[in-house]
Amino acid sequence: MSLKKSLFAASAAALMAGGAYAADSLTIAIVNNGHMINMQKVAEAYTAETGVALNWVALEEGVLREQVTSDTATGGGQYDIINIGMQEAPIWGAAGWIEPLNFGADYDMDDILPAIRAGLSHEGTMYAAPFYGESSMVMYRKDLTDAAGVTVRDNDSWANIKGAAAAMHDPDNGVYGACLRGKPGWGDNMAFITTVVNSFGGAWFDADMRPTIDSAAWEEAINFYVDLLGNYGPPGSEGNSFNEILALYNEGKCGMWIDATIAASFLTVDGVAYAQSPNAGNPVGANWLWAWAMAVPAGSPNADAAKAFIEWATSKDYVQAVGNHPDFGWGSVPTGQRSSTYALPEFQAVAGFAAAEMAAIESAAPEATDLKPYVGVQFAAIPEFPEVGSAVAQEMAAALSGAKSVKDALAASQAAADAIMSEAGYY
Amino acid sequence: MAIVSTNSNISRYGRPVLAWGVALLFFFPIFWMVLTSFKTDADAVKPEFLIWFTPTLDNYLNLTENYDYWRFATNSVITSVCATLFTLVVGIPAAYAMAFNPSRATKDILMWMLSTKMLPAAAVLYPMIFLAKGIGLYDTHVLVITVVSLINLPIAIWMLFTYFKEIPKDIIEAGKMDGVSTWGEVKEILIPLAWGGIASTALLIFIFCWNEAYWTVRLTTIDAATLSKLIEGNRAPEGLFFGRLSAVSTAAVGPIVVLGWFCQKQLVQGLTFGAVK
Repeated sequence: MSLKKSLFAASAAALMAGGAYAADSLTIAIVNNGHMINMQKVAEAYTAETGVALNWVALEEGVLREQVTSDTATGGGQYDIINIGMQEAPIWGAAGWIEPLNFGADYDMDDILPAIRAGLSHEGTMYAAPFYGESSMVMYRKDLTDAAGVTVRDNDSWANIKGAAAAMHDPDNGVYGACLRGKPGWGDNMAFITTVVNSFGGAWFDADMRPTIDSAAWEEAINFYVDLLGNYGPPGSEGNSFNEILALYNEGKCGMWIDATIAASFLTVDGVAYAQSPNAGNPVGANWLWAWAMAVPAGSPNADAAKAFIEWATSKDYVQAVGNHPDFGWGSVPTGQRSSTYALPEFQAVAGFAAAEMAAIESAAPEATDLKPYVGVQFAAIPEFPEVGSAVAQEMAAALSGAKSVKDALAASQAAADAIMSEAGYY
Repeated sequence: MAIVSTNSNISRYGRPVLAWGVALLFFFPIFWMVLTSFKTDADAVKPEFLIWFTPTLDNYLNLTENYDYWRFATNSVITSVCATLFTLVVGIPAAYAMAFNPSRATKDILMWMLSTKMLPAAAVLYPMIFLAKGIGLYDTHVLVITVVSLINLPIAIWMLFTYFKEIPKDIIEAGKMDGVSTWGEVKEILIPLAWGGIASTALLIFIFCWNEAYWTVRLTTIDAATLSKLIEGNRAPEGLFFGRLSAVSTAAVGPIVVLGWFCQKQLVQGLTFGAVK
């Protein structure tokens, strides 16, 4: 379906839906993500077709959450469309803070990657439409593994990963075996650490939502993490997160890096190969899942127009519009949202990481299970998680830097998490 | 003799070296920000392009192509100018009253005003948002100017009070004897005598208003958003945008740095007024 037809269909659907579509403008709160910045230009076609002016308000991630929360809590109306992540979407959907999203048949809801769709839904209803999604995977230097005579396999054992890191580790020549997140933050070091814990069979909470950070699985996982990064990581790893490691990797200083799949599109060194995240044999897996998505706050007076825009901005036609845009091209299309994107030959031609990224996203399991009785992979989709995650993140950084023993850090983490959850009334 | 000579050498060479060292220390982040603003996002993090690189203006073009820089800048000018004027219009009479007609409560009032600066802004954020939305002022210049003025009013009154106290009370009394009205005293006597102090207060308040970020980010969406909000929006969750962020920051602080450069004499004079007697 052409862009014009798609726009017409979206507009007609919105008109039939409520008649309130006649909005002159929409105010959209966005994170400063490359895909969202590109969308501002691509969406000029949308404004030209529909006459709906788009006001973009770019905000830092933390400020965006704060503003959207305060807007919602004070009756809304400030924004018509907001960017939210996978942590908020199910919670806010359940609370009735954001509108459920139902689009026409042309939207092809089944094309949205199932794991991403599940993570943005509550009780089967999608509350936020993804414009970009990611998982995590191993990005390693094939030239270095070949030279060291080691191999890195999909879903490798942690023991083999450690062996490969040790074999590549050559600090005298400025190469460190494994570069991993260590900077404290629930979205920083804890994103990676949680996946390691999951793969060792641990989880944040038990079925009663009591923290289980003092479990044997956590102790085994954190000891492994501290050992791996402490012995084969770059110095000062407790200060490294995505940006810092990306810079190190592109300087040729990392043998392997386990992080967001989106990193692959920023790597400039030669000889990079990809593998699915390691696993210690646990079915939960060790790869995370995250998506930035667009949602409509419940207080928006232009809800129908907002939904029509989201329907267009997260459609297959939008992917085509970016790919064919003279300023962008196929290397800039949003990934991790639709399976059809990965089938496009134009995209495959420029994205060597495409297959690995899609496999990682598809294998992530955000749903609640017996082993992990909450929604979310590297986080728990509960309002208290950022506070719990941040408190534990500090302890893990202390353990990594050697300021505390792993045992003490875990005990302090358990106590902090227990106090937060208890105060929140979970038990 | 030798000790005297050593001391003299220290004051001759040591102090300038120390002064230059401190100046360079403070200037370096600004220099680095400006330098980075001419690098691409990729070059900004590569050690091989630390000093030598191919400069680009793309980050500055991005300001107008992807962001409406001039709208943010215009709002910053409107907010800072109006808030500074408002602060002076309220602050000068208040400081005048307390300096020349003090009561037993003057000291307590001054301390109370200063204590409002100790209130954590976050504590009144939600009531402020409720209030602003309730009276339909959210994201308007009126709201931002009012809030930013009120935040800076205690500092302005304290500064003006200090300058006014330096003026002999007899001069004001003499004016009174000659039958000059209160407004006349302020206009004809006080303002001309305290002009340096008023100018430096105005400059300092203008700088505070320009740099205000907590409230301007949280009480605006589009229409009244200032350059602080533009900078805030350029902090990225993932990806490397250091070049762009540096350009946005340079463009945001540039006008105020230039203003400060031209007015540094008045600024220093005003800030040190009364410090050395």
